[in-house]
Amino acid sequence: MEKQGRHQAPDTPQDRFRGPGSGLKSIPFQAVAPELPVENLVEVGDVDFSYDVRPVLKGINMTVPRGKVVSIMGLSGCGKTTLLRLIGGTIRPSKGVVRVAGRAVHELDQDDLYAMRRRMGMLFQFGALFTDMSAFDNVAFQIREHTDLPESMVQDLALMKLNAVGLRGAAHMMPSELSGGMARRVALARTIALDPMLIMYDEPFTGLDPIAMGVIGDLIKKLNEVLGATSIIVTHDVQESLKIVDYVYFMADGAVVTEGTPDDIRRSSAPFVHQFVWGEFDGPMPFHYPGLAAGRDFGVEASHA
Amino acid sequence: MLERVAGAMRRLGRQFINAVWRLGYASRFFLLVLLRSGTSFRRFRLVVKEVYFAGVMSLIIIIVSGLFVGMVLALQGYETLQKYGSAEAVGTLVALSLTRELGPVVSALLFASRAGSAMTAEIGLMKATEQISAMEMMAVDPIARVVGPRFWGGLISMPLLAAMFSAVGVFGGHLIAVVLIGVDEGAFWSQMQNAVDFRYDIVNGVIKSVVFGVAVTAIALFEGYDAPPTAEGVSHATTRTVVTSSLAILGLDFVLTALMFRGA
Repeated sequence: MEKQGRHQAPDTPQDRFRGPGSGLKSIPFQAVAPELPVENLVEVGDVDFSYDVRPVLKGINMTVPRGKVVSIMGLSGCGKTTLLRLIGGTIRPSKGVVRVAGRAVHELDQDDLYAMRRRMGMLFQFGALFTDMSAFDNVAFQIREHTDLPESMVQDLALMKLNAVGLRGAAHMMPSELSGGMARRVALARTIALDPMLIMYDEPFTGLDPIAMGVIGDLIKKLNEVLGATSIIVTHDVQESLKIVDYVYFMADGAVVTEGTPDDIRRSSAPFVHQFVWGEFDGPMPFHYPGLAAGRDFGVEASHA
Repeated sequence: MLERVAGAMRRLGRQFINAVWRLGYASRFFLLVLLRSGTSFRRFRLVVKEVYFAGVMSLIIIIVSGLFVGMVLALQGYETLQKYGSAEAVGTLVALSLTRELGPVVSALLFASRAGSAMTAEIGLMKATEQISAMEMMAVDPIARVVGPRFWGGLISMPLLAAMFSAVGVFGGHLIAVVLIGVDEGAFWSQMQNAVDFRYDIVNGVIKSVVFGVAVTAIALFEGYDAPPTAEGVSHATTRTVVTSSLAILGLDFVLTALMFRGA
């Protein structure tokens, strides 16, 4: 006869993951996504995506191994952030499959998707801090929403996360009082509040001064190691990201055009990659946006662009 | 000529289809808010916070407006009633006007301008600054966590504000009629007490204010949630909230008045 009662040993994947007394709220079946033992935490297979009739991604294939920091680079508008949104499950692919920890994200219902997202973290381009909450409350938000931990423990956890990004002393400050770099670091502390298995960074270096950029880059690398997480960085900041990533996917016009280690990318002679990495003025990506011949725009028919 | 007419018909048809589509989208949004209201009741302090922002913070404008509306009603009412020798009925006129019509309607219009526009702007800006997306990525449902408490907070605040408006309006009427003009105080209050029926006048007024509260809050939240995430988008959404809410209040008021007060 099966044992019944409060002290029954955990026997579902959820119970095994949560463990006894984990502090997670009592939540229905599948509320905490079971993590399948797959080598690649993220797998994107032959994915197409369109906004209405405008194709954004075309036949994307990509894998992100566990424990690695992988960068997705490319020009603005090439579909990098769309790819992150597909991995996070906020949009669904028109074709193909996106798997995280072995589960097809786009096939999950809302409960399962939210269970999956509890094991993901995302740092938004400008932090997306809740402006009506202090830095401390921003970091504590997710802990309070998803756990039944006592307030004293929430305080310790949130302060530890802020300490990890060097901003324990700014815990009381409101987002409007923080500099751009500090806001990004608070957002990073909030992202790692529940020790996610996958951390996604959307343009983490945008708008930062060189010191703040270096600090954020260093933190991304260290936090990935310390938390045993896997990171995906969407960026067009080549030099800073090549210092910290293990592998790079290069995207252009909705497709992966090249991939490799940072050294492969630096040495690449592919015209587009060369132009991008070394910031050349003209190349496969022309300076002028395609349009009518200049002569027609300026009313001089004989001239040509 | 025929092509022009056909083009105009096509545009009209497209606009009509868009309007129906948007109405359906708004209805679905409203249904979702109701279905996901569990969080609002389980964590009632979230609703209390919204009652403070939508209700308590609107008190000043409601009290001042109520006072002046009551005073103007008393002045206008006295002017007309004294011609027929029934100046003491001014209390009845002020109370009935306020409880049946002006209390719910004017306080709802003020609520739409003050709290409704603030709700739209706040949610629109949360969307523009990716706070709503961040919440979704943290596995927190923004409809349950952000929209639901604001809806219930607005719904609770509206009848209380309307009651406050009417009460202060009656006080304003008393101030003008009794203190300033010198109408007999006993007649002022006793006629009012005899004429105002709790079920027929006050409960109907409260029902009106609840309906207006649902309409204004639902419109404000939908416009904010649906706003394009740009400065221009939020600005247009805020304007639409005030215009649509005001028209909805006046339209609903006509329908409710026709249903409630039919000379019984």
